[in-house]
Amino acid sequence: MIKPKIQRYKQPRTISEYPVGPSFQAGHLVFTNSNYRTFKPIIDITLCVGCLACYATCPDGALFRRGKKVSIDYDFCKGCGICASECKAKAIAMKKEEPGRNE
Amino acid sequence: MSKKLFLSGNEAIAFGAKLSRPHVIAAYPITPQTVVVEKLAEMVSSGSLNAHYLHVESEHSALSAMMGASAIGARTFTATSSQGLVYMAECLHYASGGRFPIVMMNANRSLALPWSIYGDQRDSLSLLDSGWIQVYAEDAQESLDLVIQAYRIAEDIRVLTPVMINLDGFALTHTYEPVIIPDQEEVDAFLPPYANPNIMDLQHPRNLGFSSTPKDNMEFKYQQHAAVLCAKDVISDVDAAYGKRFGRRYGGLVSNYRTEDAECVLVTLGSVAGTVRAVVDEMRKEGKAAGLCRLRYMRPFPEAEIAALSATNRAIGVLEKDISFGYEGAVYTNVNSALLKAGHASPVLNFIGGLGGRSITREDIRSIFEDLLAAERQRAIDPVRFVNLGVAAHGR
Amino acid sequence: MGDEYSIKIRDLTDDEYFFGHKACGGCGGSLAVRLSLKVLGPRTFAVLPAGCMSAVGFIFPQMAFAINAMISTFPGTASMLSGIAAGAKALGLRDYAVVGFAGDGGTADIGLQALSGAIDRNDRIIYICYDNEAYMNTGIQKSSLTPLGARTTTTPAGSKGTGSRTTKKNMFEIVAAHGIPYAATASVGFIPDLLRKVNKAKQTAGTSYIHVFAPCPTGWEYEPSASLQISRLAVASGLWYLAEYENDGFSLNHDPGEFIPLRDYLSAQGRFKHLGEEEIRIIERNRDEKWKKIRRDWKHEERTL
Repeated sequence: MIKPKIQRYKQPRTISEYPVGPSFQAGHLVFTNSNYRTFKPIIDITLCVGCLACYATCPDGALFRRGKKVSIDYDFCKGCGICASECKAKAIAMKKEEPGRNE
Repeated sequence: MSKKLFLSGNEAIAFGAKLSRPHVIAAYPITPQTVVVEKLAEMVSSGSLNAHYLHVESEHSALSAMMGASAIGARTFTATSSQGLVYMAECLHYASGGRFPIVMMNANRSLALPWSIYGDQRDSLSLLDSGWIQVYAEDAQESLDLVIQAYRIAEDIRVLTPVMINLDGFALTHTYEPVIIPDQEEVDAFLPPYANPNIMDLQHPRNLGFSSTPKDNMEFKYQQHAAVLCAKDVISDVDAAYGKRFGRRYGGLVSNYRTEDAECVLVTLGSVAGTVRAVVDEMRKEGKAAGLCRLRYMRPFPEAEIAALSATNRAIGVLEKDISFGYEGAVYTNVNSALLKAGHASPVLNFIGGLGGRSITREDIRSIFEDLLAAERQRAIDPVRFVNLGVAAHGR
Repeated sequence: MGDEYSIKIRDLTDDEYFFGHKACGGCGGSLAVRLSLKVLGPRTFAVLPAGCMSAVGFIFPQMAFAINAMISTFPGTASMLSGIAAGAKALGLRDYAVVGFAGDGGTADIGLQALSGAIDRNDRIIYICYDNEAYMNTGIQKSSLTPLGARTTTTPAGSKGTGSRTTKKNMFEIVAAHGIPYAATASVGFIPDLLRKVNKAKQTAGTSYIHVFAPCPTGWEYEPSASLQISRLAVASGLWYLAEYENDGFSLNHDPGEFIPLRDYLSAQGRFKHLGEEEIRIIERNRDEKWKKIRRDWKHEERTL
């Protein structure tokens, strides 16, 4: 599967370790986005009907297919809540994040 | 077999481009560059040049399209002039920062206002800091040779910087001379295909033209600076290799004429050098030791070559078709800086001429040399002089 | 009604080509880019001008595009696309897509000239405008696609100002007037319709243009979770429509029939909060005039949205 992923990144120490001009490997991620979240979507998999509305409507691609249902990549979920509001089966609830989780 | 044709500077550029086998050409017409793009369009439509010709709606788009094509691995060519060059100014910086080895011809022409289609060098010199390699041709043959050389310089993996080839509007773009057209096979042997590991690739996709925070941004800029400095050696090597294969050498960053024993040297650039050379010969006959240093490249700047001109009691002049309003000519600023760093103590004068197409005659150049020969004796004078102003300058 | 271009959500690739970006939560523009790329696939060259999607996608060393992608100058989306398309053709590449994603300002204002040039040449490129109705990346300033009455930081609502004094430039019909092979309007609130249109653009032999309504929770002032609901309200209220242009004709993909009250759409967003009855009546009148023409002149073929 093609998808940008977190890679081990070493800060260049010499000019020659930098890419030549602004050109870099596609899909090279260094940071996650979990610190965006104040609310966290929780899926009740027993209620999920596998309609994929949440998967299709996530601006971050943070929901992925698992079997006939879906799962959430919390490293990249920003907690916007679109998945919960688009879920016709009401299988996704938004729960307040615990304070200090990113420290 | 190479052949000889009677060509204008513009046509010589078109032949040079054709021989370099660009994949994509995008251009927008502007006087006095039009012949270049017409000629190339003709070559493409007759099938003698196998390239994709994009009729863009502006110069900004011309250079933007060149960057796109270059980013996917295509060799690109465009040409512009004056208003067109400054209209693409955003893309000039973008192309050098993106390290796209584009080759572009610029027909040096005055900038509005007032409007003028005639020649001066304020267009390209006002963009000296855009990160491009800038070279100024003297004649049609050099123009053709420069296009072929420019690709080899620009595409050199140590350089990866775009090259702007400047031709004086009308004086060079529209003057016909006999030009040797090199054999295509020889050009192919001299100029390897464009290969760049930093471009977009379907097997190994890349993200280009990204943002960089202050943490790394300056390193990218330093890298650009180092690449243009490195071009000095590459230019010199390419000049030598070209000379070996085609029998024509131009001398690298500068081309000097009778400077060794000169009492005064005039530094200039572009097609006026031909007239200066003739005046040098005249003056030498009269026992006056004049010399010429023709700047071929303005970026990278031939600092060492200019420093080498410095000698005791040698007055040096800079003749340019440019003025940075409120100060002096940009070429003079550069030359003067190199001379001062070299400890030059004799006068260095700036002659501003040819603005908006004003002629620079043999008599004008003779009078410049006379000024230089007399300069040592009159130290407290304004070093910035206007050549052939036509009316008395106010307050002078 | 579907057709041969329709794509089911369950048939979308699991690949994510735009992932790990730094857009605001609930961003409509990033959803448009993500879904479009899923249709276009891995052999895609994408160009993004200065704007939200380039600002959030390419901050060295965080590269959120898994495909070949490049930032263009602000005015240069279409011209850079043309260059890529010309280069790809000249180099003999096969089976690839060349797509641009530009915002409303990058499309209808500063990039309009280059876009017009590309359509004129009929270069084989796909141009997708994600329309969030203002310069969002610079902090919500008015563009020529900002709707009448909307508050932005350069069209404030004060004692003398009632938000934007101009209506949305009609990009869809401006593009169509070039005789473009394929143009469409779409919305992130109607995903199957969007996927179908991107797929159609992918298979168009010349230039194609898709104008995607892409709400911005930050600039429009609503809860990020409501992006798709807002999109649907825009269509239900008649302030946005889903249509196509091809073969010299327009067709409407969905007629909402009786519109929902404009208030339902406008009051769901902070940017319209200041509008009074008189202003809303003007917006309503403009809408009704537009729809009179649409219903009179365009073909109507109701589609599965």
